[in-house]
Amino acid sequence: MADNNVKLQVKNLNFFYGNFHALKNINLDIAPRMVTAFIGPSGCGKSTLLRTFNRMYELYPGLRSEGEILLDGNNILGRDVDINLLRAKVGMVFQKPTPFPMSIYDNITFGVKLYEKLAKTEMDDRVEWALRKAALWDEVKDKLKQSGNSLSGGQQQRLCIARAVASRPEVLLLDEPTSALDPISTAHIEELIHELKEDYTIAIVTHNMQQAARVSDFTAYMYLGELVEFGETDNIFTAPKQKATEDYITGKFG
Amino acid sequence: MANSTLSESLNVQDRSGSSSTMNTSIYRRRRLVNAFNMGASTLTMAFGLFWLFWILFTLLQHGLSGINLQVFTQSTPPPGSQGGLANAIYGSLAMTISGTLIGTPIGILAGIYLAEFGQRGWLAPATRFINDILLSAPSIVIGLFVYEVYVVSVGHFSGWAGSLALALLVIPVVVRTTENMLRLVPNTLREAAAALGAPQWKITLYVTLRSAKAGVLTGILLAIARISGETAPLLFTALNNQFFNSNMNQPMANLPIVIFQFAMSPYEDWHTLAWTGALLITLSVLTLNILARWMGSQKTQSH
Repeated sequence: MADNNVKLQVKNLNFFYGNFHALKNINLDIAPRMVTAFIGPSGCGKSTLLRTFNRMYELYPGLRSEGEILLDGNNILGRDVDINLLRAKVGMVFQKPTPFPMSIYDNITFGVKLYEKLAKTEMDDRVEWALRKAALWDEVKDKLKQSGNSLSGGQQQRLCIARAVASRPEVLLLDEPTSALDPISTAHIEELIHELKEDYTIAIVTHNMQQAARVSDFTAYMYLGELVEFGETDNIFTAPKQKATEDYITGKFG
Repeated sequence: MANSTLSESLNVQDRSGSSSTMNTSIYRRRRLVNAFNMGASTLTMAFGLFWLFWILFTLLQHGLSGINLQVFTQSTPPPGSQGGLANAIYGSLAMTISGTLIGTPIGILAGIYLAEFGQRGWLAPATRFINDILLSAPSIVIGLFVYEVYVVSVGHFSGWAGSLALALLVIPVVVRTTENMLRLVPNTLREAAAALGAPQWKITLYVTLRSAKAGVLTGILLAIARISGETAPLLFTALNNQFFNSNMNQPMANLPIVIFQFAMSPYEDWHTLAWTGALLITLSVLTLNILARWMGSQKTQSH
């Protein structure tokens, strides 16, 4: 049985883009119902690491990983793991909003329908619940039949969060979810992360260090494919152990 | 604070203003080059349009007078008597529609394979290469192929043989446009659907193909526009028929070949019918192209 205080455990993880060694021997524990932020300069491997948690890299040829990632004690990098079931458990929100070319309602139900058979009223409830979770319900409740593309950028991103939440995953991966948004939409989504933390384990990649400091409980600083420092966010930002981390968060570098 | 940045930006403007007066000769030269290029491209466009409009004008001039109800209700006449193009119009429609119905599903499926499933292995590059050859193959070669493979083995010309030849022309066009349109769909959309745990066929059907719908339909319309005027592939397959025939297993009249036959004849009334047929084909191709354009623009507006 796995440690109760670890949701995702990364063990000796290495990752390759063809011959390029992108992640070097990463070891890391992600705590349940906490927000873990990954920071570091562009190309440091933080998005790559995030995309191993739901094996998103398998969509592309020539990418491979070595090592183990344990989700509740089970290795998700194993050959016999059903990737679709894994992704149903580990949801993801991307940098750019990605509404599907269908109505707001259908956007939310798309993921739910894949694994659950719900009656119409139950489905309606689920849609409302997810949209409320994403703080979008009041803005869209009268236009659920409209195309998801008709919403503003910030609304689209919250729609994507609602969509990820609707199928009730255990872990939520956020890959720079606010980098394409204005400050108001960003504030909305940061508030949301605070609330979602009650139910979900959240891993967020961000370029914005203030954001990492604001939303996360734990922070990992990565550089050139290595995990330089990992610890409680307060410690990382006030008393980093490594000189490299201090240089990065104080803005001397990167 | 605000004041100082404002005055700074004004300063910058002053400086750039003075520097632009210094470089007026360069600027004037650039304007001249621009005017020359604009003029040249406008002229070449006018040159292209000139012939197009001349063709349209000639067609209207000779064909418009021949359009009447008879054209649509009576079959092609013997020389010297009254008649229309009903059999040819029907044959063309029947073969174009069935050719499209045969070719489109194959083309769309192959296009989906190339864009969505063929990243690994040798099959997709090989298919793409062969499809490109098929796309540029002269249509008479396709006609001869169907003649050899189908017409000779069943022993007679037929509407089906014509449909088959047209389908072979539709396939490469649809494959190419479907693949291109699917490739335009951003990968983030595929990833987003995959991240929800959707199997690939659902991603393709409900997300990617749906995003590319307008483009794929445009490709189909362009393919129909292409085959509706083809003569060569029908010459060896459907041949012609001077009577009205709705049996696809028999030789079938069709507009392109009737135009060819009537225009080459020495009879004045046949000439008029040929012009009318040519006008009908041109107008339908024009309509299809405009429809395709319009659908394409609908897609870009929604983004």
